[in-house]
Amino acid sequence: MDSQPFLAKTFPPLLVLRSPSVPPFFFFKSQLQAHFHLLDPLDSSEPTHSFLSRHAPSVLALLCVGATPISSETLSLLPSLKLVVASSAGFDHIDLQECRRRGITVTTAGQAFSEDVADFAVGLLIDVLRRMSAGDRYVRSGSWVTKGEYPLGAKLSGKRIGIVGLGRIGSEVAKRLVAFGCSIAYCSRKEKPLVPYAYHSTVDELAKKSDALILCSSLTKETHHMIDHGVMEALGKEGVIVNVGRGGLVDEKELVKFLVQGQIGGAGLDVYEDEPLVPQELFAMENVVLAPHASVYTPESSTALQELVIGNLKAFFSNEPLLSAAQLE
Amino acid sequence: MESQPPQERSEQPTKEVPHVLVMKPPPLLTLFEDKFISTKFQLLKAWESTLPLDQFLTAYAGSVRAVLCSGASPITPHIIQLLPSLQLVVTASAGTNHIDLNECRRLGIAVTNAAGVFSDDAADAAVGLLIDVLRKISAAHRFVRHRLWPATGDYPLGSKLGGKRVGIVGLGSIGSAVAKRLEAFGCTVLYNSRKPKPWAPYPFYSNVHELAVDSDALVVCCGLTAETRHMINRQVMVALGKQGIIVNVARGAIIDEKQMVECLVHGEIGGAGLDVFENEPNVPKELLELDNVVLSPHRAVFTPEGFMAACDQVVANLEAFFEHKPLLSPLIDE
Repeated sequence: MDSQPFLAKTFPPLLVLRSPSVPPFFFFKSQLQAHFHLLDPLDSSEPTHSFLSRHAPSVLALLCVGATPISSETLSLLPSLKLVVASSAGFDHIDLQECRRRGITVTTAGQAFSEDVADFAVGLLIDVLRRMSAGDRYVRSGSWVTKGEYPLGAKLSGKRIGIVGLGRIGSEVAKRLVAFGCSIAYCSRKEKPLVPYAYHSTVDELAKKSDALILCSSLTKETHHMIDHGVMEALGKEGVIVNVGRGGLVDEKELVKFLVQGQIGGAGLDVYEDEPLVPQELFAMENVVLAPHASVYTPESSTALQELVIGNLKAFFSNEPLLSAAQLE
Repeated sequence: MESQPPQERSEQPTKEVPHVLVMKPPPLLTLFEDKFISTKFQLLKAWESTLPLDQFLTAYAGSVRAVLCSGASPITPHIIQLLPSLQLVVTASAGTNHIDLNECRRLGIAVTNAAGVFSDDAADAAVGLLIDVLRKISAAHRFVRHRLWPATGDYPLGSKLGGKRVGIVGLGSIGSAVAKRLEAFGCTVLYNSRKPKPWAPYPFYSNVHELAVDSDALVVCCGLTAETRHMINRQVMVALGKQGIIVNVARGAIIDEKQMVECLVHGEIGGAGLDVFENEPNVPKELLELDNVVLSPHRAVFTPEGFMAACDQVVANLEAFFEHKPLLSPLIDE
């Protein structure tokens, strides 16, 4: 049922693809309806395949809500498509190769979230090192009264931080940790010019020289399970891993083993290989902090995302330069 | 003198090595006793005696010139009176609220504290607590552990750090370390101190109430004195506002805890990150039920490195004293 006002028919059409499981944070329907005529298969009783085929001729732009997968199959139903607007920090769920082949532009949402994700990553790191959540639990359970002092946490200032992926988020993390007196090194696909941090060409090399790894890179075929047994061994028994990137960056089974066996110092995780499933062995560990993929969850990021998404779409429909087109290599 | 087998220093004190009185062992001493072994002094351990303290002091501490104290063994006028030769009080903490500074000043007794060694760690913890409360990190951890993901839907939004105005209460070495970190997050730093600091590029507020009016969060980094006791009261908290956050890594008694609990329970402030409490280890039970507070068992600022640096500084001050050299970290009257 089309619940939009009559005038909406003169708005440019925007295909909205969203999985029902995507968090509401990523779909700001009324804000979008103020500018675009939304075509949403989930609002129709028609099967998605025929809905897409029927509307295909008029679909120049599509909004990918959150981590909704956009496969080459879906893309093949949309021959007129010129633009895919991503609304999450990562876009490993979009078939970028197919987009490149078809000359479809993809816009990213990363810059809307960078600061909030970086803040969250630093928060996770301090929490793990200083056992803040564990200490909080200790107090709430009455143990401070009955069992006495809680053990000391680990120092942050002066630690060697290895940033995996020095994109927008990684750079913001680096900037913050410098203020804490940490030294920063990084690994990335390519060395970044004019960056004051030490570069390592492999994550193994980085891990050897780091006390903590902060994972800020996108998930691709190359980065899948990048943090494996070898890297964790190189990081060492006191090493800490913070992941605000994608669960798939880490060999999760190995990570759990390392943590359970005390072969690694701790972990702060916001993402997992098979969300929302979280390995239960981690629940009771004092040196692990778990978050439900919430590193972007602030009203400010929500507003910034809306502005970026709508801004990109309006620019597209007015033939103006896009705000955040991805470089599809 | 006939040759004797070497004796443990503590068993047979030699006349040349002066005593340092310790009434109760500071946590540092318990953890790192071997760091306190020196050729320049030996410890006079009052707690190992069966005598009541007063009697012990009268019997053995008459010529003691230095005392190593902590929160558990305060230096009161009464104690000072029992130590007629006292010239130096050394505390292993940054805080000095357990020492009667006025009395020491009156009698020309020098005081040293573990200034500076905890500053980075305390600042790291203060910022960590602020991020935790604003971005609900410990609460998120509870959410996941209680298997609420994704059953009860989206996790609630936190609040961005960037752009927040953070009022630092006390811009000493800890407060300035906090300020430096907050700037990297894009926060605006404001502060209140006894007097403005000429080096500080941040707006100065002469009282904490006015600071609270202009702040989104307060981070308490000052010492506990007669003036600062219960300085953060209901008025200040109401001025801070319903979204306001308080972080305390200093001393519990700087905040009127009863009033803070009421403000939190009634939603008059937005949340709190607390490492210290008025009556540790007792924490008001209302706080244990709240999701918007982060509670730490007076541990957040301590690290093994910080403790060891504090030990080194205590020993260095004592050795300097007995060698008639300048003290490393004497308290200076501001």
